Amino acid sequence: MKFGVLINEGPYQHQASDTAYKFIEAAIEEGHEIYRVFFYHDGVNNGTRLATPPQDDRHIPNRWTELAEKHNLDLVLCVAAAQRRGIVDQGEMERNKKDANNIADKFRISGLGQLIEAGIQADRMITFGD
Amino acid sequence: MEDQESGIIKKFIYVNRKAPHGTIYAHEALEVVLIAAAFEQDVALAFIDDGVYQLKKGQNTDGIATKNFTKTFGALDMYDVEKLYVEKESLEARGLTEDDLSVEVEVLASQDLKKLFNESEVFFNF
Amino acid sequence: MLHTINKSPFEKDSLTTCLRYAEKGSSILFIEDAVYGCTKGTQFEKIIQDNQQNVKFYVLGPDLEARGLDNSNLTTNIEIVDYKGFVKLVAENEKTQNWL
Repeated sequence: MKFGVLINEGPYQHQASDTAYKFIEAAIEEGHEIYRVFFYHDGVNNGTRLATPPQDDRHIPNRWTELAEKHNLDLVLCVAAAQRRGIVDQGEMERNKKDANNIADKFRISGLGQLIEAGIQADRMITFGD
Repeated sequence: MEDQESGIIKKFIYVNRKAPHGTIYAHEALEVVLIAAAFEQDVALAFIDDGVYQLKKGQNTDGIATKNFTKTFGALDMYDVEKLYVEKESLEARGLTEDDLSVEVEVLASQDLKKLFNESEVFFNF
Repeated sequence: MLHTINKSPFEKDSLTTCLRYAEKGSSILFIEDAVYGCTKGTQFEKIIQDNQQNVKFYVLGPDLEARGLDNSNLTTNIEIVDYKGFVKLVAENEKTQNWL
């Protein structure tokens, strides 16, 4: 089965990102396909390259990068939400004349259309939020 | 956009349960609805619990220095989003009536709004 | 249909709202802070028991364990599942509504 996942909250602040991660891990083990993971609202903050959590705690952004690398996941940060919150890739940096970018590896920034497409194409859509 | 070619039409329901302005959920949820309009899906919006406050008349955010996105609800019919449902119990619990709302909606008791849930295929909660 | 609830019923009304919408034959899964709502001796115990003839209740085990709870703390007839069980519930139900 194809799953679409929507994550509405940032790392650490809410359990949403952790629960989504565990769910996706289990879904993959059960043989399902993750069509897309879409990050909205503060969820885009999961895609920062600049987090330095304490060494004895999980590194949420890195964990997403590693999972995406291992299973070829499509991690999408909503462009409008990312612009509001300052999560920037090379393209956004140039377009909006910023002096830096901070997107984590294996994440990409794209439009809300990607969320709708996931809703259309996936067999199941699950939301993790507050 | 790509998916208009696939021809798949699903019944989407946007479940709005949060008050406007105190958090961004209501505002950014509406942005999804507007973008989604381009995909020509079957869309319904349900306003339940504090979500009913999103549609209240007379909101003016000048004093709190935020954007008054609620004005955009008035433009939804231009995007062919016409199915707006408000839960009767939530309105009544908040001392509101249909007359307090800024747009045309259908007010339904939960036992009737439940049917919309049962007919929907993709559920978006923010 | 599968309903999930993630907020504690002492914090938010998502459980009571969910119960207005859960049809006969549906499943409700408690995750994250909502698991507190499954415990014995709370003001929510009765409404959960009353709905058990129509709805099957589940709770996510790892979230219970994180909060120092186990089967002995739960009200009756709530099935504990792990993340794989969560995935199975989503797969087996044609629709999923996540009450936040």
